[in-house]
Amino acid sequence: MNDLVNQLWLVPALPLLAAGVLALTPRHRRGLAAGLAIGTLALSLVLSVAAWVSTLGATGPDGFRAVRNFPWLTWGDHTLHLGWVLDPLSAVMLVMVSFVGLVIFVYSTGYMAGDENFTRFFGFLSLFAGAMLAVVMANSLVLLFAAWELVGLASYLLIGFWFQKPAAAAAARKAFLTTRVGDLGLFAAMLWLYDATGTLVFFDGGRGCLEAPAVAALAGQTVMGGLTLSAALSLLVLLGAAGKSGQVPLHVWLPDAMEGPTPVSALIHAATMVAAGVFLVARLFPLFAAQPEGASGVPPALQAVAWLGAVTAVFAALIAVAQTDLKRILAYSTVSQLGYMFLGLGVGGVAVGMFHLLTHAFFKALLFLGAGAVIHGCHGEQDIRRLGGLGRLMPVTFATYAVGMMALAGVPLLFSGFWSKEAILHAAHTWPASPGPFYLGLFGALLTAFYMTRQVVFVFFGPYRGEKGAPTQPGKVPHESPPLLTVPLILLAAGAILLGFFGTPAWPGLQAYLEPARVGLTGPDLARLVSAEALKLMALSTAVVLAGLALGWWCYGRRPLTDPTAPDALELAQPGLFRLLRERLRVDELYEATVVRWHTGWAALGDRLDRWVWGGLVLLIQGLTVGLAWLGRALDEFGVNDGFDTACERLRRGGTRLAATATGRLPGYLRGAMAGAAALGLLLLWGGCR
Amino acid sequence: MLPWTLYLSLLGALAVLAWPRRWAGEARWVALAFALAGGVCGVAGGQAYRPGAELLTLVRVPWIPALGVEYFLAVDGLNLPLVWLTGLAAVAGILFSWNVTEHPRAFFALYLALIGGVYGVFLSFDLFLLFFFYEVAIIPKYFLIARWGSTRREYGAMKLALYSFAGSALVFLGLLALYVNAAADPGAAPLDLAALARQPRDPTFQRWVFPLFFVGFGVLAGLWPLHTWAPTGHVAAPTAASMLLAGVVMKLGAYGALRAGVALFPAGVTAWQDVFLGLAVAGILLGGLVALVQKDFKFVIGYSSVSHMGFVLLGLVTLNPLGLGGAVLQMVSHGLIAGLLFAVVGRMVYDRAHTRELDELAGLRLARRLPFAAGTFVLAGMASMGLPGFSGFVAELSVLVGAWEARPAAAVITGAGIVVGAAYIGRALQKAFATEPPAETTATEEPEKLEPITLPERLGALLLLAATVGLGLFPGVVMDYILPGARSVLAPLRAGGI
Repeated sequence: MNDLVNQLWLVPALPLLAAGVLALTPRHRRGLAAGLAIGTLALSLVLSVAAWVSTLGATGPDGFRAVRNFPWLTWGDHTLHLGWVLDPLSAVMLVMVSFVGLVIFVYSTGYMAGDENFTRFFGFLSLFAGAMLAVVMANSLVLLFAAWELVGLASYLLIGFWFQKPAAAAAARKAFLTTRVGDLGLFAAMLWLYDATGTLVFFDGGRGCLEAPAVAALAGQTVMGGLTLSAALSLLVLLGAAGKSGQVPLHVWLPDAMEGPTPVSALIHAATMVAAGVFLVARLFPLFAAQPEGASGVPPALQAVAWLGAVTAVFAALIAVAQTDLKRILAYSTVSQLGYMFLGLGVGGVAVGMFHLLTHAFFKALLFLGAGAVIHGCHGEQDIRRLGGLGRLMPVTFATYAVGMMALAGVPLLFSGFWSKEAILHAAHTWPASPGPFYLGLFGALLTAFYMTRQVVFVFFGPYRGEKGAPTQPGKVPHESPPLLTVPLILLAAGAILLGFFGTPAWPGLQAYLEPARVGLTGPDLARLVSAEALKLMALSTAVVLAGLALGWWCYGRRPLTDPTAPDALELAQPGLFRLLRERLRVDELYEATVVRWHTGWAALGDRLDRWVWGGLVLLIQGLTVGLAWLGRALDEFGVNDGFDTACERLRRGGTRLAATATGRLPGYLRGAMAGAAALGLLLLWGGCR
Repeated sequence: MLPWTLYLSLLGALAVLAWPRRWAGEARWVALAFALAGGVCGVAGGQAYRPGAELLTLVRVPWIPALGVEYFLAVDGLNLPLVWLTGLAAVAGILFSWNVTEHPRAFFALYLALIGGVYGVFLSFDLFLLFFFYEVAIIPKYFLIARWGSTRREYGAMKLALYSFAGSALVFLGLLALYVNAAADPGAAPLDLAALARQPRDPTFQRWVFPLFFVGFGVLAGLWPLHTWAPTGHVAAPTAASMLLAGVVMKLGAYGALRAGVALFPAGVTAWQDVFLGLAVAGILLGGLVALVQKDFKFVIGYSSVSHMGFVLLGLVTLNPLGLGGAVLQMVSHGLIAGLLFAVVGRMVYDRAHTRELDELAGLRLARRLPFAAGTFVLAGMASMGLPGFSGFVAELSVLVGAWEARPAAAVITGAGIVVGAAYIGRALQKAFATEPPAETTATEEPEKLEPITLPERLGALLLLAATVGLGLFPGVVMDYILPGARSVLAPLRAGGI
């Protein structure tokens, strides 16, 4: 079995290798591209399943755990290690990511068949899947961070895949930047953790930073305001997780990311990217749950996780109510469901949060691929007001979409979403810190049922509103998708139903697998299912969900919409509130007015500083130097030079005068000689007389 | 063998000058041969040095005996990686100058002379010799920009030359002070850097002289706020010259600040640490922010160089091995990445589109017409913003871990600079490559054919990319050399002596 762990690196390496090969593959080798991407991911899936099977039935406080670490960089007195880990958490994520990814890959061969950059698309998809698989199995925060950034890069490339659309290019940039703001937290946490513990390896036979001795040491230190070091680190990590998983207030990128091709949206929203944030918290859960010795109550970091999740769940669900874009509604529902996952992690621990992550991966991938089939069948139309009546025209899509919708809404008993949401609400109900998250969770469930009903009614019921009048033109009629698109839908729908049975209160197999220390599994026991407390809570949430469905039907289903421009039923009742929700609570505008403007202001300040202050200083120095030069020149010219010139001039003039006497005529000279002789004679005479 | 890097470059300069005029167009092959030979000498000669070993003396003969100046070349763990970087950058620069047709012989002769000066600075272990080569490197730089440059080239060249000479004046002052100070101690070699680093010096003296060296050399490393020569100089320079300018010449300044500043005056660094930490962080943040609002593509990259060199200066003053080692690694890493970015902007884009205005480039659909350039820029941009897997990540991570140890606040503020880095690269990428003009204009005019990316450009880009990815995945290849070097530089400080 150890041998399998040693070969586990192949799981992410194979898709990454495919990405590398596809980067160099000529554009027209489409068959090769799809084959390579799907083949390598299928191999990864096989390996992942084998790894998962090997972790089953292990005993111990944490279940099965095998690690493989190796030195990467010798740093001062420490050596930085990288490595990977196989434990229940990574195993179950590996299987989920590779399976859902594979289904989406297959679907993409049909969906992207007409795109000229088919080859490039599969290269990016492989990169995305490989990076996510690396995140999942990383046993070192450095490796996790590296893969995490690679996920960000791949999402940037894929969201901006149709970069010729300005909205797509802008959305790609926004996604990258917003998640990078969050990454800053993770990065700081990484530096701090390294400084505090001297290692970034998670599990290392007792020396890892997530193992009891290190965690106890971190929980024992207080940094500021009574916050323990472990809590401070957790909050920084949470910032990173919130950025990647689109939690309020860093959720703004996720709905815009819809500009990418639909399979990309499915991949981002289900298997990769957003799941990474939730997974990160689950992976670092020991840090979040750490308490100083003797302390009781809920650790502050977990409280933050729970509240963040609960608020996001309701916040995004509210916005989803008023959206009209098919994919945007799903995007806000993702934000909302991610909130539930955080809530689950905060109130119930790893197993509860991860259960919802897994079920959500299936039904959200299903919903997105279904939405893709709708868009594909309706020639690119995404506005739910211009769709309608598709239940008759696209029966397979309708049936599978309905399964996904009911799973998301949490329709009782049959659908996985019900059980996972139930587990979260159950944990929230018994949470000692505050009842608030429980009520927020219930309210969110009501909203979820409501907006999903609204969407399904708009898309699949009533008359088709795409074209003026009857759809007469052949080829313009919405059509059912080919099997390449519908078979993945059916597979995912099966998963969306069956997965729930691994986590019912009667047989909490998943919980026991993920957290054997907390949940002792004894075998299926119906008594737990029908215990009074569980039943009461199930009845309550069932009532809430049914109320949401009924409300949705009452608002939109009674009188089917016929005119796409007619105002929304809610708009008639509450115009102001509805507009605010449709404008997404103006979070983007708020950022535009604050962060973006400050940023631009600082940049302009820097630019002016360079241009005028430092440039001005240089100009001033230049001016002074030139002035000094002029002064020197003036001194030279008028002082030194002039003196010299004057002296020369005088000399010259004296010479000229003297030269005037030298006329060359003999009489003149004789006259001079005579005069001289006379003068000499006179002088001698005068001297002789003396 | 290592001194031959220097001799081959200078010989190459002469050989190119002596090359017959009739085959002037083929002078580039001669230059490439000499640059390659120099690079190979660097790598092969470096094998003689084991990581962590003592200083390896290459040549040591008296030069001006009356003053005690020696011709003293040596390597240790800190300058060897920089020698390798110079070899790589030199070869890549020639590949990206393959299309120089205007006086090619003079161009390549000056180019090789510059490379020779750079090798000289990195290998010198006599402070006067280092200073001499430092000046030698600036002169060809001036002519390359003034003669073969573009936008405001005379201005840019003059600004660069004046700034560097102003810095040199400070350095010279420091050099004199050090000389006089050392001469007071009989028996000591006055300007032997290795010996100087081991001597104790009066802390007050250190406090006064350290800033002379650090600021004087720092000018050429883009020390904020004395950085304004850098963007203008980069923009004015021809592609190969801007690659070298950002890639290796700025490193001369940083290297000088390390060798003659940090290594000789540990007490001076301690005294000035907060000031220079602040300036380095200001450079990182403001350089990045200014890059965010530039209209000229090359100015974006020029300011990004200021921002990234801030990491080098930050690492230099952290006074711990990790920060110092990270600074040297960042020198190498930025040399590769900046070279690549300038190659894309100057050679691949500007030589074809004849504009660098981002707003004009936005209408040219370059991602479709020059997919190789776009792909290279995406990768180089990712490397520049410090994405893991590229050399920049390891380097900036090391610097920040070091900075965290010294002053956590500096590391936190710098973190914001990383987001800014993502922002300006993303903006430039979107504007220059990923924007489509409005539909009506594309319908009416079919854009003229752009010359496809040539083989030398592809080779040059792949060379630099391979190096930055290789360093990103296996940083130990050079970090094993750098860290022992950094530790020995800091040894006197650690030992408690000053």
